[in-house]
Order: sequence, then structure tokens, then C-alpha cells
Amino acid sequence: MATVLKQESSGAAVEAGGTQQYATFYLDGFFFGIEVLQVQEVLRYQEMTRVPLAPEVVEGLINLRGQIVTAIDMRKRLKLRPRPEGMLPMSMVVRGADGAVSLLVDEIGDVVEVDRESFERPPENLEGVARELIRGVYKLRDRLLLVLDTERAVEVGHG
Amino acid sequence: MEEQEIIREFLIESHENLARLDQEMVELEKRPQDTCLLASIFRTIHTIKGTCGFLGFTTLEAVTHLTENILNQLRNGERVLTPELVSLILEAVDAVKAMLDRIERTGGEGEETYQDLRGRLEAAWRGSAPAPPRPVEQAAPQEAAPPRTETADAGASSTKPPEAAPPPARPEESAEANAEAEVVPRGPSVADTTIRVDVGLLDKLMNLVGELVLARNQILQFSARQEDAVFNATSQRLNLITTQLQEGVMKTRMQPIRTVWNKLPRMVRDLASGCGKQIELEMEGAETELDRSIIEAIKDPLTHIVRNSCDHGLETPEERVRAGKPPVGRLTLRAYHEGGQVNIEISDDGRGIDPERVKAKAIQKGLVRPEQAERMSERELVNLLFLPGFSTAERVTNISGRGVGLDVVKTNIEKIGGVVDLTSRKGEGTTVRIKIPLTLAIIPGLVITSGGERFVIPQVSLLELIRLEGEAARKQIEWIHGTPVYRRRGTLLPIAYLNRVLGLKDDAEREAINIVVLQAEDRQFGLVVDAISDTQEIVVKPLGKQLKGLNCYAGATIMGDGRVALILDVLGIGQLAGVITERREQAVTEVEQAETTVEQRQTFLLFRAGSFERLGIPLALVARLEEFPQSRIERAGGRLVVQYRGRILPLVPLSQILEPGGEDTASRQDPAQVIVFSDGERSVGVLVDQILDIVEEAVEVREQSGRKGLLGSAVIGGKVTDIVDLGAVLERVGEGWLGSAPGGQRSSRRVLLADPSAFWLGMARCRLEMAGHRVLEAGSREEALARLKQHRVDVVAVALDLPGGAGELVAAMRRDPALAAIPVLALAGAAGAPGGELEQFAACQAKFDQDAVAASIERLAAAVRASQIEAVGARS
Repeated sequence: MATVLKQESSGAAVEAGGTQQYATFYLDGFFFGIEVLQVQEVLRYQEMTRVPLAPEVVEGLINLRGQIVTAIDMRKRLKLRPRPEGMLPMSMVVRGADGAVSLLVDEIGDVVEVDRESFERPPENLEGVARELIRGVYKLRDRLLLVLDTERAVEVGHG
Repeated sequence: MEEQEIIREFLIESHENLARLDQEMVELEKRPQDTCLLASIFRTIHTIKGTCGFLGFTTLEAVTHLTENILNQLRNGERVLTPELVSLILEAVDAVKAMLDRIERTGGEGEETYQDLRGRLEAAWRGSAPAPPRPVEQAAPQEAAPPRTETADAGASSTKPPEAAPPPARPEESAEANAEAEVVPRGPSVADTTIRVDVGLLDKLMNLVGELVLARNQILQFSARQEDAVFNATSQRLNLITTQLQEGVMKTRMQPIRTVWNKLPRMVRDLASGCGKQIELEMEGAETELDRSIIEAIKDPLTHIVRNSCDHGLETPEERVRAGKPPVGRLTLRAYHEGGQVNIEISDDGRGIDPERVKAKAIQKGLVRPEQAERMSERELVNLLFLPGFSTAERVTNISGRGVGLDVVKTNIEKIGGVVDLTSRKGEGTTVRIKIPLTLAIIPGLVITSGGERFVIPQVSLLELIRLEGEAARKQIEWIHGTPVYRRRGTLLPIAYLNRVLGLKDDAEREAINIVVLQAEDRQFGLVVDAISDTQEIVVKPLGKQLKGLNCYAGATIMGDGRVALILDVLGIGQLAGVITERREQAVTEVEQAETTVEQRQTFLLFRAGSFERLGIPLALVARLEEFPQSRIERAGGRLVVQYRGRILPLVPLSQILEPGGEDTASRQDPAQVIVFSDGERSVGVLVDQILDIVEEAVEVREQSGRKGLLGSAVIGGKVTDIVDLGAVLERVGEGWLGSAPGGQRSSRRVLLADPSAFWLGMARCRLEMAGHRVLEAGSREEALARLKQHRVDVVAVALDLPGGAGELVAAMRRDPALAAIPVLALAGAAGAPGGELEQFAACQAKFDQDAVAASIERLAAAVRASQIEAVGARS
């Protein structure tokens, strides 16, 4: 999946003023974006320490230069299909209110600049977790960019 | 190559020493008798002499050798130090410096041989006065700076320089060297060994070291595959240095709590004398190390609490004497690591806090709703003091503030992830307990693996490690109703398998069983793990908020290989495994929940004696479990006794009471298993065959027994268990222990027992429950009222010595229409019933006649029912 990609940066290049930059990634074929300023860094998949009895979406703990960061599997968080076996996720580290959190995604896309005009609230029929976590949609030329509410995405049920 | 290195070191060392020497010589001139100073100077010269001899600098060696000789004479008191001599030595020192400079620049000591100087040194040593004083010599003692340039000039004039060579090639350089020489001397002698460092910098260093460790680890892994010996040696060195650096940086952040406590004795003293009190401050665990930032954060809260205790908690000597306490108030500070946390306790033996007043104030201030307050326990009530808006009031309580409220204390402690809790007994004192998670601290931990994962157990919780090997050993883990236990020195240790507790994969085949014996609060349990690696100093790091809900982890740490390992919270694991059943203090206790635990759950000690395979007794009655070798059991006055804690403990074989004339099985057990009962003064040991288990559960079915010594049977832990009638057993011992026999009719009543003695409560409860009643307990008037408001109660039995007053309890009940009709039975103590105030009670009974108590309760309850008066509780 997610092989047709990486034209957005040029395609969506709109002049200043009403634009915003998003760091993008793919999850089960969907195209997601996080405001670029919230993203601290992007890492390759690394071995992590599992946390027994933790909420299912918590994939484990990683050592990010001496800081212990919780990794959340976004496929599970968004209740998408499980990641095919053998496919290693990428880690997008976002700055949360309580420190950094790693979001495990399928693949990292480019940073895209989008026109605020093309934003729309999530459609009414969007349900469940998606409704909770998707702040809205940018209608790009050839696809939809789903804006993830990171604050909520990293909020995981307390055991 | 190597020699170059040695020369370098020699130069560095010598420069340092010489810089000091200048100053020391000047000092010496002032205090010629100072042998320490002389010795130091001698040492310096001696060191230089030794090294330069070894390196082949002959002129230097000659000069220093002669100087040393003179110094030796001075040292031995063979001659007196004269200004001339000082000048001569200083001149020699200058010459040495000049030579060292040359060595540094050219690698050799040059052509200058200092014949003249050597001649004069020689002459001085031989005893003649220092020969032709040089024209410049007066300059020498003044300071080191000028002589240098003069050496060059003087060299030209007086040293008859055939090869007048030694002028320093670059005068600026030597000027610099001199400038240095001038500055340095101040350094080491004053020796201020501490500096202030910004904590932010330390944090940064800590993180950098963390990264360095990771880089080191990668290099080590890489080097393991390399053949290059030099590279491997270098990476080993890197490894070593990194480890040391890591340790060093970590230590920079740790401080003993003493640093905060140090200020307290003075403060307490001032406060005490200020308000005319006598206070003795005790401090335990001052060496407990805390992270610097935590120390900072607790400083103010701690000061505030101590101040409160002195100001409001402790009474004046007169008040104390009146209350029957020693005139000197005691304030105790304790700090210790426990369960991965730092605990700090501040306790006083002062007047305590009146929960009723707190309640009234809290309601008045609108901080809690009245019905909410009614349901709160004493402990919850006193902790209302931490609510913002409480302490700003005028002096309501004994803890009202001085500007800063207790809410600020709480906020500050919670800011660093800590918990603060207040317990107080009116008239007895107050304890504030601060628990700070070790989120920043460094603790020793035991690294273990289980189910393929690695975990760290805080060393503080660790009692011992047990390894069971082979087939036979495996049988040592026994099962009681699906619960594994291990016989550890005769006592049963509940066992939990870590991999099962955490839902990890089960390693079916173990050739050995590793049990980590842990202590959580006052309980012990064994945790079976797959492997035990080693102990390490670990840095505790907090878990993200996503994992805050898991109380089985105290945090995480980064291991040497850069991977993360979870730190187990021993208490949490114990609770999860069910081996520690006691709940942690719940912030908000649901009434329903409290009811179940209070009413029905009881902990039983299960054991075996004679032909009775399963006997039980409420654990609350048991003081201790002991083992005595049979050889220590003696006979005195026809009774079995054992010397125990400096006293004689009478022993009663239980099987003999239950089946008089039966087989004495207990005496076959060696060591003998003894259950010790105590009421605080008297103790008695009951001999049983074997201790089986401790079970906490709701006792369901009851069957009364006609047998002497048994109250009846109940199903405990899924098995029929005979409940021992302690009263009957103790009767055998005599000595005024209570007497009792089973009896009474079946009819379920709700009875509230209010008595300060947990021992008596346990006894009476057991007795009444056997008769089919439901029993609530209260230890004080407040507690009794709280229970009454929560539950429907048919009869109240109250001890006349109830804290808060039995009479007051009745009066309070009479004021409340819902409670007014409940009959109250007075329980008189050993002293018998006091006269007077008894008319408000429905009846009075001697407390230790349990049958009579039970009968009275029965009668009162029946009377109530007959008149159809329904007590209406607060509960729907």
C-alpha cells in the first residue's frame, strides 16, 4: 500500500497566507497529517520494550536519547486493520503536553503545505474513534489529508 | 616518544610545585620554625631532583641536589634560616625554573651550568655563609616576577656567562609564565573544593552521558567483531571511562536529605523557645539520598510541616503534663527508601487534630457537602486540611497556617509526583507522610528476567533470593487451593509467578526455580522469576501518562545496552498477584465497598492440630507466629513454658484442649509451632502441629459446635474449617484471661461493637458472628457515629472507656431521631461498672463475660423488634 505518494509537496504548494504545513504519514492506505510543529523527529523502527498489561495500543517503550518514550501503534489506536506481518512501522515522535510520544505509522510521507480553504470538518457519518481523533480533512488534488488530533491520539485509556 | 611524555608530565608537575614553592619560601621566612612548610619545600625539591636524575638532566640535578642538602640541614635544625639563605634558595629555585623552561622549549637543559650558583650553594651547605651576595639578590625575596628578566641580565654580569646563552628566547612568554606563577599559588593552599553548578547543566550532562553510553555500547558491539587489537583496547578504555563518567555525573545530582534537615534543629529550637515549649527533635535516615531537584522541591513543604508541628501540634509543657505526657514534646523526622519511593515522615506526639472540628469547618466553608462529610473516615477528614481554601481561615484547627497553607505543601509535593498523607489521633499526635516516587533518584535494583522480558526490582524491597533445584526441590512449592506457597523456614510464604501475573509467556521447562522474596509494606511474598541477572544502580525514569494507570510498575530505566527495562512496583505486583490483599488507601472510598470489607471480610489464620485438619482463628487475635525447638520447652509448675523475649511464655497444646486425653501430636513437631496471643500485658502460646495459611475472605456458612474449645465451623478458603474459641483456650491458662463458652440462639441482628481494643473486638465479633449476628466495629465515638449513619443497626454495644466517650456517643445518638431508639449496651471493663452515668444505657455487662454480652444483645434486639421500631439509616 501507499506506493503512490510524494507529489503532494509540490502539488499542494500554495502561496503564503492561508497555508499550513503538515507532516504526513500513511496508515492502512489512509493519508494522515500532523501539524509540522508538533513533530519532533522521525525515526526508523527500533526494538522496543513491551509493557505487559498495558493498554493494547501501547506497543512498547523506546529509549530516545536517554528519555523513555511510549510508542503507540496508530493502526490499533484508530482501529484499523493490523499491520501486515513483516512490515516494520516507522516512528513519528510528537511533542505532547507531557513529553514526547512516538506514533507508529506505516510510512512517512513528505511535509505538505495545504491551503486552509480546502479544509473541512469531518463528515457527519464518520464514526467511532475516527470521529474522535480526526480533526478534519484537507481536500488535496488527488486525495484527502486527514488531520490527526495528536493530543487525543496520545491519550490512551488508563489501564 | 615515551620519554617525551614523561618529560611533559615532569614539567607540568614541577611547574605546579615550583609555583607553590615561591610562596612557601616567603612564608618560611616569616615563620622559620614551621616544620610542615619546610618539609613541603624539601619534598618539592627532592621530587624534582629525583626525576631529573632519572631523565639525565645533570645540571638540574646538581642544583637541586645542593639545594636539597641545605634544606635538609634546615629541616634537621642543624642551621638557622637567614634571609641570605632564603635568597640563595630562591635563586636556586629561579635557576631551576629557567632550566625547566629551557627543557620545555628545546628538550635539553642547555649549556648553562650555573657554576657560580652551585659554588655558593656548596659553600652554604658546607657551613660558610652564603658567599658573595649577588647584586640582585634583594629583589628575589620580594616576588617571583622581577627576578626572571634579571636572571638574564644578572647572568651576563655575575655568572660570567661563557655561553651567556640562557636568555629566554621570547621574553613575553616567560613573563606569561611568571604571571601564571603569581596567580596559581593562591589556588591550592586556600583549597575551596566546592563550586556551584547550575542544575540545568547537570541535567544536560546527564542526558549527554546517556547518549555517550549508547554510542559506547554500539562501539563495543562493533569492536567485538574486529581483529584490531589497538582498536579493541581503545574501546575497552572508552567503556571504562564512560562508566565512570556516568557514575560521576549521576552522583553529582544526589544529595542526602541532611542538607535540608540541617536547618531544622535550629528552627525548632527557636520556635520552641519562642512559644515556651520544650521540643526534642529526632532525625532518622538523614543519609537517605535524594535527587537534587527533589531536595529543592521538598525544602519548603518540609519546613512548613515542621513549623506547623512545633507551633500547633505540640503543646506547652504544662498542657502536656496535664494530659499525662512527658513535658518534652517529641518531633521525629524519618526518611527512608521503600518500594521504589522515598518516604519522609514528620510525626509529633502533640495534641493531634480533631476530625470533628475539621469536618465542621469544611462544611461551613462549603468544601464538602454535609452528607459527604458524614461518610468520610477520620483519616479522610483530617486530610481535608490539604484542600485549598481551608487553612487561610482563622485558627480553626491545630494546623491552621502561617501565610502558606497546607494546600501549597500538597501542591508542591504533587508537582514532583509525590503524595502527602496526614494521620492524626486526637490527643496522641499527628504524622505527615510524604511519599516521593523515585522518578529522578538512583536506586540499586535487581535485574531479573521473566517470560523473555527484563525487569528491575528495587533492592529496598528485596529480602532474599531462593533457588530451588532439581525435581525434589520443585515439590517444595506446595499448593493450597490453587495458591502456591513455599515453606520458608517453617512459615508459609505466598508465591506468585511473575510471568503469570503479567500475562507473559510461560517458560514451561525450568530446571530450577528462582524465588525472589519481597517485602511490600508489612507483607512478604515470593516472586518466581526465570532468571536473576545482577544488581545495578539504575536511574528511575517516569513512564508516560499512557501507562500511569498501571500500578505494577514504578517506572522504567535504561539498561547498559541502551534498551528500556521496566521497574516493578513490588506492592502493585503483590496486589495484582493477589498475594497482598490489603487495599492501598483509596482516595475516595465508596461506601458500598467499605461496607463489604468492614462487615464481611476477615482474615483467618489456618492451622492443624491433633486430629483437626483445618482449624481457624481470626488473625486479628494473633500476636505472632513462633517456632521453638523442643529442647527449649520446659516444664514449670506442671505447665509447659518457654522463655520468650525475656519472659516466660506459658504454652498450651491445642490438641489437648480440643480432645482431652488425645494424642499429643504437637510435641512431635520440632521445632514446635506456636501461635502467640497477647493482650498487651499477658501472652500465651498455643501449640499446634502446623501453620497452614492465612486467608482473607468473607466467611459464609456457619455451624455451631458443641465441642469445648470450638466456636463452630465455617467455610474458609472453600473448605470446612473449625473456628477455635480462643476464650475457652485461654481459660486453661488462668491468670485472669477471659472465660467463654458457646451458646445463644440464632437470629440475625446487626450489632455495632464500639471498643478501643482491637483484641476484644476480634474476640467479641467472632463470638457474635458465630451466633449469627452481623457485626460492625468501631474504635472510637466518631467511628461509631459514622457507622451508625451508614448502616442500619439493631443494637449498639459500647465500652465505657471508648475514646470520645461512651456517654457522649449515647447523647449524640439521642439527638439524632434516626438513631435515638437504638438500645445501647454498656460494656464495663475489668474494673467493673462505674456508678452514676449508667442510666442512659439500656443495660450494662461485664465486658469479658462474652456469653452474658451476647445474651444481653440478643435480649435488647428482641425488645426492639417487638416494639416495631425501625431504625432508619442514612443509607437507602
